[in-house]
Amino acid sequence: MTAATDRRTEPAAVRWTLTAAALAFLLCFLFVPLAAVFVQAFADGVRQYWLAVVEPTALAALRLTALAALVAVPLNTLFGVAAAWALARFEFPGRGLLLTLIDLPFAISPVVAGLVFVLMFGAQGLLGAWLSAHGIRVIFAVPGILLATLFVTVPFVARELIPVMQEQGSEEEQAALALGASGWQMFRRVTLPNIRWALLYGVVLLNARAIGEFGAVSIVSGHIRGQTNTAPLHVEILYNEYNFAAAFAVASVLALMALATLAAKSILGRQTTTESTEGAEDIPAQGRES
Amino acid sequence: MRLPARRRTVLPGFGLALGFTVTYLCLLVLLPLGGLALRSRGMSAAAFIEAVTSDRALAAIGLSLGAAAAAAAVNAVFGLLVAWVLVRYRFPGRRLVDACVDLPFALPTSVAGIALTAVYAPAGWLGKQLAPLGVQIAFTRLGVIVALTFIGLPFVVRAVQPVLEDLDPEFEDAAASLGASRLQTFRHVLLPSIAPALLTGTTLAFARALGEYGSVVFISGNLPFKTEVVTLLIVARLEQFDYAGATAIATTMLAVSFLALLTINLLQAWSRRRGVLA
Repeated sequence: MTAATDRRTEPAAVRWTLTAAALAFLLCFLFVPLAAVFVQAFADGVRQYWLAVVEPTALAALRLTALAALVAVPLNTLFGVAAAWALARFEFPGRGLLLTLIDLPFAISPVVAGLVFVLMFGAQGLLGAWLSAHGIRVIFAVPGILLATLFVTVPFVARELIPVMQEQGSEEEQAALALGASGWQMFRRVTLPNIRWALLYGVVLLNARAIGEFGAVSIVSGHIRGQTNTAPLHVEILYNEYNFAAAFAVASVLALMALATLAAKSILGRQTTTESTEGAEDIPAQGRES
Repeated sequence: MRLPARRRTVLPGFGLALGFTVTYLCLLVLLPLGGLALRSRGMSAAAFIEAVTSDRALAAIGLSLGAAAAAAAVNAVFGLLVAWVLVRYRFPGRRLVDACVDLPFALPTSVAGIALTAVYAPAGWLGKQLAPLGVQIAFTRLGVIVALTFIGLPFVVRAVQPVLEDLDPEFEDAAASLGASRLQTFRHVLLPSIAPALLTGTTLAFARALGEYGSVVFISGNLPFKTEVVTLLIVARLEQFDYAGATAIATTMLAVSFLALLTINLLQAWSRRRGVLA
């Protein structure tokens, strides 16, 4: 140990203090609130917990949340792959603008996102009169919830795929085409295996947001129990009725899904980093696999 | 204009992919946003200004800006600290802590909101400890800052972490061999390299905090003029069927969001240039 290596890190006391300060911060803002969800959920006992979760309107809320995720995940995954193909593989005028547009839903407040759909499809909205004349309900109904969920989850997959595809380059795809592969064969055999971890990573994040979206959905939902109530909205209703144990019981189900998301994210994150560091030997690695 | 781009590559599917992307974005994002713009243009300028500059709106906008800035500042300091500790030090459970930093991204905001309220209410686990000191967090402006700090927490950590990981140790070696103390090395060698990432993360946390709704609505108490943030005011206006008022405030917020997005893009361009130089 030379003086130089000693100077490259801090004295043990400093290291220890900094670690303790960082952990104390995370404790107050992350771990204690997370623990509180589970402790409060079981405040009235296991039986009450179970009854709150299997209560019909709670189950209806969980079903609607599942429906929103089932619609948003495939559609926005398809969009993400198409957008990444266009933006990471081709140069064209307006490319930068399109990139910014894809990010837009992240920059917009969920409340504003909900509001734009109310102004469009609501009773006083631009299309409101036409819709009510044809007996179609969008706002305060399920279609509005699906639209709001789709809107807030647009960027996830595209954002994960674009940097990965740009870094990988298109040599392998061009080689596949030169060897006589059709476009579809090239996509299935070369592109998809190369982006699979980043794609899954994006899907995991997209799914978590689709399940958890609150602000935008809250504005278009109308909070009709058993009909237009998603699980995060159900938590709010129970809480505002001072039914705290039940609110936290449903919240704990959502918190478990969030923890599963974190686990998946952490595993996939490790896969994506190995994928991109392997970059240089990608072609032989592919050869071994097939 | 498109022809030269196509000649350079043999890859198929450009038209299909771009066509789908643009159509999808137009239908889902641009059209509804256009509706918002149309709606606010339908208002007279006087009504627009009136809605945005009423005492209640100004109080809400001020609180949102102030609390979002305070939360972003807390996250800048502690986010940098957390990133530093996670990258540089080894301790048991580090991987687990690292994974949990993303919790605010994964947890539904209403769940976060009721959890933070339960913990920081006067009778809550942490609120009880602070009550004897005369500090009340839930249902005050401090509560708004706590909620906004929670939802902005991952941004700074995740922006700074990769930069810290990629830093070449040679610079620190050089500084040390020239006799710099650790603090001097940090101040003059490390901080300038992580500054763009730190600023990007802080701006992202600020932008997110400005538009946050779910986690704030429970802990703030929603008192007009006191603890009502701007997103709550929009919801309040909507519930009174004051669509024009809601639209005017939302349009103003949208303008601020665009500004933040622009700043982030500029910061990222700056940090890329830094990256090339380093």
